[in-house]
Amino acid sequence: MSTSPYMLPEKARHQDAPSHGLSINDMFPTAIPHSAGATTAVLQPLTAKMKTEHVNFYYGKFQALHDISLEFASNKVTALIGPSGCGKSTFLRTLNRINETLRDTRLEGSITLDGENILDKDVTEIRRRIGMVFQRPNPFPKSIYDNIIYGPKINGMLKGKNAAEIVEKSLRRAALWDEAKDKLHESAYALSGGQQQRLCIARALAVDPEMLLLDEPCSALDPIATAKIEDLLVGLKSQCTIVIVTHNMQQAARVADTTGFFLLGRLIEHAKTDIIFKNPSKKETEDYITGRFG
Amino acid sequence: MAQVMTSRNRRRNAVNNVMLTLTGVCAVLTVSTLFLILSYLVYNGGKSLNLDFFTKLPLSPGQEGGGMANAILGSAEIVLFASLLGLPVGFLAGVYLAEFSPKRLGFLIRYTADLLNGVPSIVIGIFAWTVVVRPMHQFSALAGGFALSLMLIPITARGTEQFLLEVPRTMREGALALGAPMWVTIATVVVPAARKGIMTSMILGVARISGETAPLLFTALGNQFWSAGLNQPTASLPVMIFTHATAPYEDWHRQAWAAGLVLLGLVLVANISARMIVSRGASLPR
Repeated sequence: MSTSPYMLPEKARHQDAPSHGLSINDMFPTAIPHSAGATTAVLQPLTAKMKTEHVNFYYGKFQALHDISLEFASNKVTALIGPSGCGKSTFLRTLNRINETLRDTRLEGSITLDGENILDKDVTEIRRRIGMVFQRPNPFPKSIYDNIIYGPKINGMLKGKNAAEIVEKSLRRAALWDEAKDKLHESAYALSGGQQQRLCIARALAVDPEMLLLDEPCSALDPIATAKIEDLLVGLKSQCTIVIVTHNMQQAARVADTTGFFLLGRLIEHAKTDIIFKNPSKKETEDYITGRFG
Repeated sequence: MAQVMTSRNRRRNAVNNVMLTLTGVCAVLTVSTLFLILSYLVYNGGKSLNLDFFTKLPLSPGQEGGGMANAILGSAEIVLFASLLGLPVGFLAGVYLAEFSPKRLGFLIRYTADLLNGVPSIVIGIFAWTVVVRPMHQFSALAGGFALSLMLIPITARGTEQFLLEVPRTMREGALALGAPMWVTIATVVVPAARKGIMTSMILGVARISGETAPLLFTALGNQFWSAGLNQPTASLPVMIFTHATAPYEDWHRQAWAAGLVLLGLVLVANISARMIVSRGASLPR
């Protein structure tokens, strides 16, 4: 198994790539330096933080995902869009193996994180490295402080570290520090919905995840809270790779570098976001984007 | 705008009034039963209820005064032992039911627990007599506690399960997604979230068993004096009520009333405090 599939020659890459998904390096053609004065033309292909290959997923006998092959570029935001029930959330939930906790489910195919199959690794370690934010804010019935410190504590990351510093840093990264600093020891439920959702993001960031998965994180929030979270995501991508499932196409257009369109459990198309929205190559995508269904 | 009252309308209104009255009367009956019992107990038992009742031993028939200190202490011992045995087992069984049990096995356990809950308490007493009293050749507080714990286990298990299941799945997923193993998630997030409900069902369970008489008749037996130890026959309030009330002595009857009042008072206090725990702010977002 090659650790860096992006080094494969063009031909092999195309064989490897599924018909419905472009490789991320096809989406972001490596920039050729403009200035003639440059001494070396360094070609730096994008690396895929995560890659899924031929993923099928079943709830009992029902197949919810069909042969999904998708690459998530490092330090980019990938949006997954599609009508309700198309499998985008199910797919997201396979990426940190949280779907395993549901009874009677089955996954086929491979999912690699930095080239390593996550299905072979310790699941708690995988989930520590891949954070998740849910559709509805789900803070624990604890104080704001204890919510943030929960992850570091159970993962044994507090040794020799200042817990208060971790709390402040995480809240700052989630742009919640100013609003929460005076009530760190109050119940998390004292926060508004939008603040609770940012608390959940802060909680996820407190364990320094390499990836952040967000499952319609703004669907329960008002437009102002939504805008705050979107700004936050764009700021966070320098630190981690982000995947966001959204119903809101404007949101995908605002925050995502690439967008994947799901329909009936299949990945129809994955391309740069502006291409998906301006010039999709599949008719289904165009129909959905233009509001003909969904 | 005169309302036209057709005969059908009149009939509907009549039926409505009859049903409203009927249900209302039944509701009043339900509530008044408790108040009737309570006032009857206060009326009959209040006279004999004094400090002596809580500090002195029972006296022989014919002597005025005396108390049931030994029965109060005995009941406390028996219920404490039953709680030490029954609450942890019931709690852990409830956790298993709510969090781990496979569908079929879960159904089986749940059904068994409900059946155990419905076993007549006298049968529980006979069982405890068979497995504890007979091998030990001794009636004892421990045997009584064992019998009561058998009743406490299914109550606690089902109560724990019910309140754990009320914790939303997303809360569990929040912890799992941070890398917490399942048991850490349960211990640090799910159980604390359901804490109030679980405590309430435990208090109600303990209140329920502390009034049981039949399981103690063949196990703790009873004692007119201080018990010589946990492995000796021990007095308890319910059994004391039974023996005093069925004896042909007027003064013993009065003591039985007083004991009934104390017992009911304890159960009421437990119930009310359980209710207060629940109502003091819901622990979960709605």
